[in-house]
Amino acid sequence: MKMELIQPFINAADAVLAQGLKAPTSIENLSMDEEAYRRKGVAAVIWVSGDIEGHIMFDMMPQTAVRLASLLSGMELPETDTMIWEAVCELANQVIGNAVTSLNDQGFQFRVHPPAVHTSEHGAMGTEDIETLVIAFNTTVGTVYMNIALRYCQKNQAAVGL
Amino acid sequence: MEQFAPVKRSKDGQPVRYLVVDDSVFARKNLARMIETFGGQLAGEAGDGMTAITEYERTRPDIVLMDITMPQMEGIEAAEKIVQQHPEARIVMVSSVGYQENIVAALQRGARHFVQKPVKPEVLYEVIKYVLGEEGSVANAAGAGV
Repeated sequence: MKMELIQPFINAADAVLAQGLKAPTSIENLSMDEEAYRRKGVAAVIWVSGDIEGHIMFDMMPQTAVRLASLLSGMELPETDTMIWEAVCELANQVIGNAVTSLNDQGFQFRVHPPAVHTSEHGAMGTEDIETLVIAFNTTVGTVYMNIALRYCQKNQAAVGL
Repeated sequence: MEQFAPVKRSKDGQPVRYLVVDDSVFARKNLARMIETFGGQLAGEAGDGMTAITEYERTRPDIVLMDITMPQMEGIEAAEKIVQQHPEARIVMVSSVGYQENIVAALQRGARHFVQKPVKPEVLYEVIKYVLGEEGSVANAAGAGV
């Protein structure tokens, strides 16, 4: 996966998390996932289609999700509140939307699908043409994992000069 | 959350009424909280474009805050359908996908403004005042319109 494709997602996650949590974030770890991704806790996935296709997943430990959702909503939420899942979905939506905006400015055409809760224990495994990158963001509420599995859509590559 | 000088309707001094359209309950709740800090009133909510159209007919809000990416019917199409029936409708698109084509498409099909998520309350507040124009007035500390 090319860095030009990854960087907008990193920048967007950093900006959205920093604004929502009112504190800077840092990258704790960045790795290629060669085996099927194992979900950490509360996860939301967004699929994109167009010149680049695949999915981006946001995932975090339940306690991190509770702290994150409570901070973003301005009130203490219990661990069982469905708003916690909603908050993680909306966070994913905002990060992907901002990244896609940046990529669109570079000439890529996308369609972003609505976020969905990811309840499966495992994510899709990387394949020969879809590499999976996991980026761990260190935030004031805990570690937030962003799992990116994207590939250039071959039929559209010529159109954007790849 | 920060408090803002209340924005009222010029014609009767009543709170501005908002319809909030977003498939995310979390996003709707957050926008509702912001509306409260602007001195506004939540007239209705919708989670998709189809419901937004019926809720507009039912509530006749002063302002619609409309997401773009939604199931069933997307926000731009819903905005167009509302404006076709109600040219006076004031619709502000609120979306995380803020590239130029999207913004232009929304404005061409009847939206009055665009705000990118994550929404900064101070940005939305200024946009609301701008979109209301003379139909809105900012109340001073004593509550009178200025």
